[in-house]
Amino acid sequence: MLLLLGARVSLEQVLIVGGALFSIGLYIALAKRNAVAVLMGIELMLNAVNLTFVAFARFIESPRPLDGHVFAIFVITVAAAEAAVALALAVAIYRYRETIDVDKINVLRW
Amino acid sequence: MIVVVRNLFHAVLFLILSFIGIAGLYITLSADFVAVVQVLVYAGAIAVLMIFAVMLTPRSDRGNSENLLQAPALLLAGLFLAGIVFVVIETDWREATRGSFDTTAAAIGEALLSPFVLPFEIASVLLVAAMIGAIVLVQEEE
Repeated sequence: MLLLLGARVSLEQVLIVGGALFSIGLYIALAKRNAVAVLMGIELMLNAVNLTFVAFARFIESPRPLDGHVFAIFVITVAAAEAAVALALAVAIYRYRETIDVDKINVLRW
Repeated sequence: MIVVVRNLFHAVLFLILSFIGIAGLYITLSADFVAVVQVLVYAGAIAVLMIFAVMLTPRSDRGNSENLLQAPALLLAGLFLAGIVFVVIETDWREATRGSFDTTAAAIGEALLSPFVLPFEIASVLLVAAMIGAIVLVQEEE
């Protein structure tokens, strides 16, 4: 804990980590077959955005520097609600189709 | 690791590990309250939800394979990463000279209740709606 508190990071490093996390999440959300894996990608992207919010709140001069933290907490709240609804959807679809493979769920195909 | 591991269940466990790593990054950014919320909500609640979702779908494919979009998705993600890294390196960030925050929980609480009351209440209504919606969705039909 004390070691972490003493660590020095710069804004560029955190932003690059956030960008890398967002790219990994984007790839997972686009390219995975399983609906739960797609959700994992979405959560990873939300996390990356939160990381950049907190980094900007820490490093950029502002009259109210804690607004980034407040916004990150709102994003976490919305992510929790979204995960609950989406996983319930996955379970409900599994009841009807016995699969959560997003390639086989093509009821709405034109 | 979430991308390459073969078993979906192991991928969920690696996702929890990365959530905890991000919480450590929040601590280095002196955002202690956000770090605690991250561990509680992501590594606690959302991880349990995902493990439940994997276990409640037993006859589905447990693999972690890719679909036909793999090559374009890889290309898009790579292009996005390259663009972000280029912008981050080229921009002149005017960083603040002040030091790290001390304790943020009290200030965040005040900010949530004075300038951000309306979003705060809307978030609670959203949570109630999501809870009711999730219960209705997984309910057994008569």
